[in-house]
Amino acid sequence: MANPLKCDLCTKPATVHLTQIVNNKVHKVDLCEECAQAKGVTDPSGFSLADLLLKASLNPEPAATGMRCEQCGFTQNDFKKQGRFGCPACYDTFSAIIEPMLDTMHKGTAHTGKVPQKALARKSLSDRLTKLETDLTEAIKSERYEDAARTRDEINQVKHTFGQKPPR
Amino acid sequence: MTISSLIDTPSELTDAASSKTAIVLMTRVRLARNLAGNSFPGWAKPAQREEVLAICRDAVAASAPMKRSLSINIDELTDLEKQILVERHLISRELSGAKAGAGVVISRDQAFSVMINEEDHLRIQVLRSGFQLKKTWTAVNELDTALEDRLDYAFSPTLGYLTACPTNLGTGMRASAMMHLPALVIASQMEKVVRAVNQLGMVVRGLFGEGSDASGSIFQISNQTTLGESEEGIIKRLGSVLNSIIEHELNARQKLLEADANKIFDKIGRAFGILQNGHLLSSGEAMNLLSLIRLGVDLGVFPDANRCVIDRLLIEAQPGHLQHAQRGEFEPGQRDLLRAMRLRGEFANFTKPNFTLSSDGPN
Repeated sequence: MANPLKCDLCTKPATVHLTQIVNNKVHKVDLCEECAQAKGVTDPSGFSLADLLLKASLNPEPAATGMRCEQCGFTQNDFKKQGRFGCPACYDTFSAIIEPMLDTMHKGTAHTGKVPQKALARKSLSDRLTKLETDLTEAIKSERYEDAARTRDEINQVKHTFGQKPPR
Repeated sequence: MTISSLIDTPSELTDAASSKTAIVLMTRVRLARNLAGNSFPGWAKPAQREEVLAICRDAVAASAPMKRSLSINIDELTDLEKQILVERHLISRELSGAKAGAGVVISRDQAFSVMINEEDHLRIQVLRSGFQLKKTWTAVNELDTALEDRLDYAFSPTLGYLTACPTNLGTGMRASAMMHLPALVIASQMEKVVRAVNQLGMVVRGLFGEGSDASGSIFQISNQTTLGESEEGIIKRLGSVLNSIIEHELNARQKLLEADANKIFDKIGRAFGILQNGHLLSSGEAMNLLSLIRLGVDLGVFPDANRCVIDRLLIEAQPGHLQHAQRGEFEPGQRDLLRAMRLRGEFANFTKPNFTLSSDGPN
């Protein structure tokens, strides 16, 4: 890191430190209070670091940025503008963009911390239940009654594991 | 609990009993969490935001630490109330400017606060006065685990907790300490400290986080990265960085005293004089003066018991708290007058400085 204490636009001490992701790269800018105010940095909705620093310079957008998240409709262009994603599924949609960035952004690229055990267990049970219920319908449809009986027992068992808390 | 009773209740930060630590004023740990299958707040449609808000408010308010808490939507709060919550570090500036469909749940003792639909669906925070990283992490971890019973978090085995901004991925955790570092500021060593801290993967910010200034020589130091390291690992690393900053501050104080104690005593004495007699004090100047008095307490110029008075005033001299105390909204110019009046009152009966305790005082 070069000199984090000086404003990038004038020479006053920088008190505003901004990180934004533009064109798959992490950009950092340090500003003093006045420059930040003047550039509207304090209003997070109306500000783009790209406008501030990259205005006339560097790469005009290549046309091939057509990726779009099926879950929420967020596009690659939105990400370039906002530096934030639209929904959790965006991390799958845009994995090709995000993965190379993580290396410079973080200490590592794989999570080694807390895991929401309870929520994950609940999800795997509810996934299993959905699958068993499909199996059951199919077994009945194709008149495999022995299979159906076994599947039904399994369903009861899974439901029992859920205890008083049915999946939501 | 209502907002007005919460505001009139002393907060964790102004709690006199726990204000013992000289350099670390407060420790805070926050976790960013999102609900699986829902757009992040910044991208969600108004109806989705309302839906997430309702689910989260119910789940959070039902958790053990939030018994008889304040649970409120942001649009139910006045500007002044929001400002007071920001000054107490219970909500962020970003949340205070949020549109509809955002809210906050705050525990009675104001140690726990959960912001809903800020940048992420949930920002779970625990705040403790003094230097208590591990305790604070344990408390926030427990609340998070309790919320897991009711909420399905967006989580990936490789990327960890999924957050709106990729800079929070993984643990979603930001642990921070608010530090009072007057000697490093006076000795112009803060720039060096900031650079060294940055190299260790930690960030230094002003009192109110990103974009705020460091008046009163108060800084926030926190971890920058969240992915690729466990929560305990981050806490441990931050803890050792904080300890070495404390050591540097203490060294800087020692050196200032050795080089020219009168210079330091002069600053403290003048600060005391202005607080006792000034008639116009901006919030920035008040912070700086109070900071010098706090340094005086640490150096033995004032009794130790007075530190908690200063810590309370550091919050009460802020514009929101000041206006609330005067039951009205005032222009900045009037506020400076009221602030000075308030501080004159507080310092009229304050113990006089005793410079003789220290080796080569002027008396």
